[in-house]
Amino acid sequence: MNQKAPIEEQIDLPFLESLRISFQSLKIRFGRSIITTAGITLGIAFLVSVWTNNEIEFALQESGRSTDITSIDETSEQGISTKDIWLIIMSLIVCVVGIANSMLMAVTERFREIGTMKCLGALDGFVVRLFLLESGFQGFAGALIGALIGTLGAITLGLKNYGLDLFFYFPLLPARPENGPMQVGVLLLILIGCVLGMILAVIGSSFPAWRAAKLPPAEAMRTEV
Amino acid sequence: MPDIVVKTEDVVKEYRMGSNVLRALDGINIEIERGEYISLMGPSGSGKSTLFNMIGALDRPTEGEVYIDGQNMSHLSQRQIAAFRCHRVGYIFQSYNLLNVRTAHGNVTLPMIFAGIPEKQRNEKAEKLLDRVGLGDRMYHLPDELSGGQRQRVAIARALANDPSIILADEPTANLDTITGREIIDLIKQLNTEQGVTVISATHDLKMLDVSDRIVDIRDGLVERIRNRDEIEIQVGEVGGHE
Repeated sequence: MNQKAPIEEQIDLPFLESLRISFQSLKIRFGRSIITTAGITLGIAFLVSVWTNNEIEFALQESGRSTDITSIDETSEQGISTKDIWLIIMSLIVCVVGIANSMLMAVTERFREIGTMKCLGALDGFVVRLFLLESGFQGFAGALIGALIGTLGAITLGLKNYGLDLFFYFPLLPARPENGPMQVGVLLLILIGCVLGMILAVIGSSFPAWRAAKLPPAEAMRTEV
Repeated sequence: MPDIVVKTEDVVKEYRMGSNVLRALDGINIEIERGEYISLMGPSGSGKSTLFNMIGALDRPTEGEVYIDGQNMSHLSQRQIAAFRCHRVGYIFQSYNLLNVRTAHGNVTLPMIFAGIPEKQRNEKAEKLLDRVGLGDRMYHLPDELSGGQRQRVAIARALANDPSIILADEPTANLDTITGREIIDLIKQLNTEQGVTVISATHDLKMLDVSDRIVDIRDGLVERIRNRDEIEIQVGEVGGHE
């Protein structure tokens, strides 16, 4: 049999090239990207608003200005009600499931694209990196907007309940009250929201992307959504 | 001694569906010479697309070996397989498989990006290729803004981006009307005769018959027969008569 030049090894793409491709993809698919991002925004907004609201209530309770609304709650000795903890956990679960779902859908509908890119010579790693970049960016943008919306929501509710007193005792920074649990503070909460949204988005998209990239292209292209 | 580009040895492919095992290929042995135009013919479900995938390194055989340019494909690393798909083969699919987020031009440059070709060079080459397939004036349109025939032309231009020695075409005319299909076949044939590219096409389009050098009939995962061009001439009239 005729011996041709041996098959060479595929090269890695420069990072800038991947960045360019992923941004282009986000831009052209703008409408779809917005919907996916909105999923992240909603999840984080829910979590941050519940949590911030809880912090505000606690801070004002500490100051002795809490209204009847909180005092009739079944408050534990630490000053934080089991209902509040339950709410935060629930919102966290809703946030995780919501983001994972929206990222999973966004990747699954692109299996064909992944298969095609592999036909054209893309390495598995490149495919994963592309999704990592796209989802990281979406996750950060979505989570930042969500965290801000959530905070604003909680502040609005606080203003309604406590009036301007809210701003005197506003839990902006972390604090450690003597008789209560650690207070995270609103600033740190926004940061937590952003990081959490980004991490969830990246995991939610790179895991299915990695699985799709591992498939033989013929199989990835066969997948119908 | 003939210059063999593709050789398969007892290739078997099984698909597992629950507890059932479907044997799509049941031991295929074929040899394809450099510069040939080969059509893999057969009814749907015969295994021709599966064989196509094996030859193009798009899927792995369950048993048996595929040699391309004398290299055993099962011995290649991930990086070598990616490079093989990038440089040696150009794929054309029934459903075009263009990336909808990239323009015609962007689709043609993508394999060149993967090959590490500098931007200026790849842009020029994409323009040249799109011109060649008759899309010089629609280069910067998205696939959604193109007709089926135009999309298939983009796919052909993309398949040629890295000067492959083999073009693999899976039912390239199945989604096209007769006239457009004819044009696409002529274009592929032109590449075959002018550039000496080996063309391997899975098809059941009878129009593909008279441009083929050889026809491999696949049935139930086996090679039923291999016909040469001179036998084809007679066959076309005969088979065409049934339509």
